[in-house]
Amino acid sequence: MPQPQTREPASLAELLESPEFHAITARKNKVSLMLTLAILAVYFGFIFLIAFRKDLVGANLTANVTWGIPMGLGVIAAAWVLTGIYVVWANSRYDVMVENLRKKWGK
Amino acid sequence: MAPAAPAVQTLIGQSNPVAIGFFLVFVLLTLAITYWAAKRTRTTKEFYAAGRSVTGFQNGLALAGDFMSAASFLGIAGLVSLKGFDGLIYSVGWLVGWPVVLFLIAEPLRNLGKYTFADVVAYRLSPRPVRTASSLGAIVTVLFYLIAQMVGAGTLVKLLFGLPYELAVVAVGALMIAYVLFGGMLATTWVQIIKAVLLLGGATVLVLLVLVRFHFSYNALFGAAIAKYGGTFMQPGGLVSNPLDAISLGLALMFGTAGLPHILMRFYTVPNAKEARKSVFYATGFIGYFYILTFTIGFGAAVLVGQDLIKGIDKGGNMAAPLLAEVLGGSVFLGFLSAVAFATILAVVAGLTLAGASALSHDIYVGVIKRGAASEKDEVKVARGATIALGVLAVLLGILFKGQNVAFMVGLAFAIAASANFPTLLLAIFWKRFTTRGAVAGILTGLILAIVLIVISPTVWVDILKKPAAPFPLKNPGLFSMAGGFLAAVIGSLTSREKSAEEMFAGQKLRSYVGVGAE
Repeated sequence: MPQPQTREPASLAELLESPEFHAITARKNKVSLMLTLAILAVYFGFIFLIAFRKDLVGANLTANVTWGIPMGLGVIAAAWVLTGIYVVWANSRYDVMVENLRKKWGK
Repeated sequence: MAPAAPAVQTLIGQSNPVAIGFFLVFVLLTLAITYWAAKRTRTTKEFYAAGRSVTGFQNGLALAGDFMSAASFLGIAGLVSLKGFDGLIYSVGWLVGWPVVLFLIAEPLRNLGKYTFADVVAYRLSPRPVRTASSLGAIVTVLFYLIAQMVGAGTLVKLLFGLPYELAVVAVGALMIAYVLFGGMLATTWVQIIKAVLLLGGATVLVLLVLVRFHFSYNALFGAAIAKYGGTFMQPGGLVSNPLDAISLGLALMFGTAGLPHILMRFYTVPNAKEARKSVFYATGFIGYFYILTFTIGFGAAVLVGQDLIKGIDKGGNMAAPLLAEVLGGSVFLGFLSAVAFATILAVVAGLTLAGASALSHDIYVGVIKRGAASEKDEVKVARGATIALGVLAVLLGILFKGQNVAFMVGLAFAIAASANFPTLLLAIFWKRFTTRGAVAGILTGLILAIVLIVISPTVWVDILKKPAAPFPLKNPGLFSMAGGFLAAVIGSLTSREKSAEEMFAGQKLRSYVGVGAE
């Protein structure tokens, strides 16, 4: 793999200033931030419901199952789904953006 | 013992030849792997990172094996069996840190670092102060985690195998030293993979045995639990009585995972960031599945074993899963599951020891003492020496803390990881203006706050030191120590200026996001 310092400084600086590179970092940061906020909201939403609306969490969904059970399992499922969304996005979109950038700048 | 215990005659607490037999098979297998791995463990890259030869799927299993401790298997199943729904609330908290690891840390860490998370924090900053502080955060986290595991190991093995406490602690210490010393990360990885497969497989069989009794209907299982313990068993009880407490613990769990040195270190074992990404996805899948299993096992134990017997053998409920295994699968299955619990402890302590040793050798010896100029051979030698030292220390601490209540130490390890390690790692990756002063201030503040606050919290002050009222009201310091760690890191950075660090940020971004120059 080529080392960055072996490149001419001018073209490296150009790359770092290029719109493609900005797009990559901006998209990645946006996706990371949104998904982090999503898992925070899911988990702390669950905790807040238990803290302030115990009646709702403890209410019966069927004769034997309270709402709390699908809620708790829902947090686990949300962790799966959100990591899945990230991996699918990164594998299909992000890696392509990175690959294009590498090709264009000979990295 | 519960006097009314009806048909259940338990072998728990007696010497159990089946368990010891299964365990010996596991030991022989893992030692054979260690022998194989030893021939492939000569360079630093091999010792710390298994030659970066681990696939994403394998690393996902190994991460799960590194994370799912015997305490969470036996402890959470026990908690569910005694508290019902509250056990589920507790267990989901341990999973939600994994998406955070994926979204914020795994790929930049893999691209920027070599062997430890301090590599990333020190990437643009002054190496000696930053590596000193980061490795302090790493080693303290590892030590608290390790003490909890060693004391748990001694207690569990005494109950499950009928072996004396000290013998169990020494056996765990000797085996983990053997794995890490000779087989390095390669042997540790395979011990963790085998353990994860055994634990997930064993727990799955146990769940199937439970569900067969209820014609594969959770509705029937829950119904039986309600019939026995009333409707409140399915409702939230006293676990989240103080919302601030729950938030504080939740923050420590959520962001602590992203600051655990033994977990972070595993991302260097895969060839690139893409495999690191995949490995977190697999790990999240396995760990989430595992908590669904433990939840079911807890309900099964509550109904089929009964709380009286569970509490009669261990007040904390830790023997719920083994008792259930005995009821449903006899002494053979009990023996198998006991051996799996022992294997579980070994895999976790091996990972912890390797992470601690790498902080001592790679960060302190090479980075600080030798100023980055040490030969490959020397570094591996020092890493091996550090492994022996840490292993012996873990055994001594395990014996020293015999009979003490050390359950809080895992929570403390997570709080330190979330308050000292995570903020500096995050800021080092994403914040251009981050400086050496900020890094050192953030780590020290997070570390000291977490320890001081937990000592004056009800967890230690009231429950262990037996004083009347705790000066600090929350059971876990996470909320305040994490905020303190971030605040100190930001203030330290804004009151100093490091031009070289700012200039290097663009290049760091290229390596972090695109992988140019990653090792």
